[in-house]
Amino acid sequence: MSLSRRENLIGLLFILPAMIVILGVTLQPVVSTFYLSFFDASLSKLTENVFIGFENYLNLLGDKVFWVTIQRTIYFTLVSVGLELLLGLGIAQLIHSRPFGWRFLRISLIIPWAVPTIVNGTMWRWIYNADYGALNGLLYQLGLIDHYVAWLTQPRTAMNLVILADVWHSVPFIALILQAALATLPVELEEAAAVDGANAWQRFALIRLPMLRSAVLVALVIRTVEAFRVFDIIYVITNGGPAFGTTTISFLTYLETFSFGHVGRGAALSFLISLFTLVMAIIYIRFLYRPEERAL
Amino acid sequence: MRHRRNKLLLFALTIPVWLFIYLPVAWLIISSISTRAELLSTPIHWIPQNPTLKNYIDILTPGTATSEVAKTFTITVRNSLLVASSVTVISLLVGSLAAYALSRIRVRFRSGVLIGIMGTRMIPEVSLVIPLYIIAVKVGLYNTPSVLILTYLSFALPFAIWLLVSFFDTIPIELEDAARIDGASHLRTLFAVILPISLPGLVSTALFIFLTAWDEFFFALLFTSTVAAKTVPVAIAEFAGRYVVDVGGMMAGGVIAAIPPVLLSLLFSRYIVSGLTAGAVKG
Repeated sequence: MSLSRRENLIGLLFILPAMIVILGVTLQPVVSTFYLSFFDASLSKLTENVFIGFENYLNLLGDKVFWVTIQRTIYFTLVSVGLELLLGLGIAQLIHSRPFGWRFLRISLIIPWAVPTIVNGTMWRWIYNADYGALNGLLYQLGLIDHYVAWLTQPRTAMNLVILADVWHSVPFIALILQAALATLPVELEEAAAVDGANAWQRFALIRLPMLRSAVLVALVIRTVEAFRVFDIIYVITNGGPAFGTTTISFLTYLETFSFGHVGRGAALSFLISLFTLVMAIIYIRFLYRPEERAL
Repeated sequence: MRHRRNKLLLFALTIPVWLFIYLPVAWLIISSISTRAELLSTPIHWIPQNPTLKNYIDILTPGTATSEVAKTFTITVRNSLLVASSVTVISLLVGSLAAYALSRIRVRFRSGVLIGIMGTRMIPEVSLVIPLYIIAVKVGLYNTPSVLILTYLSFALPFAIWLLVSFFDTIPIELEDAARIDGASHLRTLFAVILPISLPGLVSTALFIFLTAWDEFFFALLFTSTVAAKTVPVAIAEFAGRYVVDVGGMMAGGVIAAIPPVLLSLLFSRYIVSGLTAGAVKG
């Protein structure tokens, strides 16, 4: 046996345990889910699945509920990731300007990020409480509302408040990534531009921002993919309500599969989520990624 | 003078950020040390008049607890610790073997394997849950910590490999060649040379996996039904029961669940930032 073949074999042996685990807990389930999506399968009688071809998909695509849910999910994703990016960029820039207490501020950002999602959701749900919540207490004492409001009974308001909770949790993530990237940028270009008479805004928009592109890309891809699949925080704050007003695509999949027992339909839905995720990742990479820069 | 005014303006800009970060946390902590009567009072009691540790004592000493969730809270903490640390150890072991091969031994299809691993990170948990659920029930793993450990590997292991490859790639190959010339096997080289040098990378990877596993809710919700395997996030979600809500217990539970990840992250904050920039998952 030649040396390189031997090396290759040893390499494979090292990878084997990981391969077995990934095959068992990821690949096999993904393939079976895809397979199940072509069956009329239900949780109660899993052995009597009937092959129905693309019917689950056609049913979904022809269902208004599906499209409304997709719209809602896109709204959640765009608004939360958009806000997170804006605020994250602002906070990163602020910390980069070294205001009084910036070190402590930077380390404080870790706290909202590290608080478990379920705790985050529980905390905000209590803040939003209609009868005893801090939001009502605060706004009432400031005179901004004249009676306590049942915030989570309005679909649109409930959605925006879930977004606020998500923003609280995720802004620090983006701010930390961008702040770390800012710290590594060379200052010479901006100094040269300043000498040439570029004002602060021009230096920021035309020099600093383009150099941040790959950091922004990493943050955007990770956050968009996550936001599109949001589940935990919705489960805790609104449980998909009121009147399905905060039911996003992952939550719908959960309901279809485990509440209504439509396993085949749930499988089709989850396959569509994977597809959307993949498409989004490709779009971002095509638009933002430049091969000459190595992603961070 | 102008410089001074700029400094002041910058500091003024940080005030909303401070409030945004700390106000919700402050309210979580205040609620956790408030009595039931004060929690349910209008106008709201911002500062509790009779601060109490009763909520904490309730959930930490099962004998005295009033609600069912409070009684079993400590058991769920133990489950969470068991699951999160097992997942971390297994991912690091299996992951560093694979990452070493991908980074050092000339394996064919290296980039194919790496892209495949990245690809598995795009797969949502919902796409795995149905078959895993069916198998878990069939082989009797449903509602055991083992099923959580196994299923958590679906996100933890690819993540570990991805991160460790990027750390191993930065180690100069000369260090390793020296060991190889002295006749050390690959396995020995990995454990005696590579792993000790990449300690910061290992710490960072371990930290992210532990935090993600501690945080995980979806699998835990679907694969557990009793305290035999329930984790802390599931317990906290259950405080808000159908009829009675034990707000004090819920808030105290929240604080306790947040302490390990927050403390770990603050302690290892510089690893967090380097891990985030290396493309870490937990968002």
